[in-house]
Amino acid sequence: MKILIVDDFSTMRRIIKNLLRDLGFTNTDEADDGNTALPMLKSGKYDFLVTDWNMPGMSGLDLLKEIRTDDSLKTLPVLMVTAEAKRDQIVAAAEAGVNGYVVKPFTAAVLKEKIEKIFERIQ
Amino acid sequence: MSKKNLDNNQLDPEMTEKLKAQATELVEQLNGGDYVKAMGLINELGDVRDQSLYREVGQLTRSLHEAIRNFQIDAQNEEQQEALSSMADASDRLEYVVQMTGNAANRTMDLVEDAMPRANAMREQSRALRDDWQRLRRREMEPSEFRELYCRIDNFFVTMAADADAMYSNLSEILLAQDFQDLTGQVIHKVTTLVKEVEEHLLNLVVMASNVDQMTGTVHNVEESKNTDSPVKAQGPQMHAADRADVVSGQNDVDDLLSSLGF
Repeated sequence: MKILIVDDFSTMRRIIKNLLRDLGFTNTDEADDGNTALPMLKSGKYDFLVTDWNMPGMSGLDLLKEIRTDDSLKTLPVLMVTAEAKRDQIVAAAEAGVNGYVVKPFTAAVLKEKIEKIFERIQ
Repeated sequence: MSKKNLDNNQLDPEMTEKLKAQATELVEQLNGGDYVKAMGLINELGDVRDQSLYREVGQLTRSLHEAIRNFQIDAQNEEQQEALSSMADASDRLEYVVQMTGNAANRTMDLVEDAMPRANAMREQSRALRDDWQRLRRREMEPSEFRELYCRIDNFFVTMAADADAMYSNLSEILLAQDFQDLTGQVIHKVTTLVKEVEEHLLNLVVMASNVDQMTGTVHNVEESKNTDSPVKAQGPQMHAADRADVVSGQNDVDDLLSSLGF
């Protein structure tokens, strides 16, 4: 299971990386916005994407939209972990094809639950 | 700052007094047929308007300068003094807050990442020893195995004491890493005060501008600007989420919303 973590703050990437490791996912890479993430996703054979929304360059929502229009990536499961908390935004993310949505601040238990739920649905 | 302008949105009484006096004189001069003097008065009327305007703008500039000069912070030691004196403006200060909180977060995570494998190792070792110990109590252990267990217990005591020491010192360092809150709190408080002051001065500027409009008789055709925030544009954390209907107040709200959409 290879996972890409996208967040502009290295602190948040590190927290998510640690939580994923505790859940048994040790094969993770990091990117700091959509523009760096997209080429990595296209060439890197990732199984799962955890992304922030609000980032300089390409936002998480735009990254999600790009992924859903790319033939090789459109089935990639995407979990959004973000501080964006407006109902309209969550609806927009759902419409863009997000697989899970976690609002910051979050707990390890919530992250675990959402990831497990996404994998249950895929299998 | 001319507080009275804020209160009643009126022109300076001194100025209106002057305007009235000069207007009366102007009518008298015109009725008397002295056009040269009348023209002179019209010019003076303009001067009164200009001077009042300059005075207002001058006051505003001075108070803005003062606000910026007063925007300083008390440093507690030389190191802080150096860090703070090199910061000339609010954005530098906020950058400093980002840096300090970032350093504290990374320091804390370094220590946590050091402690976690130690806790794991302790758990694994004590679990293995407990299993062997129970075999010993059930008298299922060969003498050679017992000698090996004897050594492992010895080692366990040594490493456990060392690991516990390391974890204790990590925890107390994590505690110390929270000291950023003191300095960043001060900096943020100062920046907040500055923003409030600037806002107040800007409000005064708006009032002064409306006075200028009154003096010059200007009428603006301003359209109400609508809130055009697109919902899909990133906005960062929302304040007072619990009181707002358009914002979720936690993960449960998100889950409810998504399940209502068929997730």
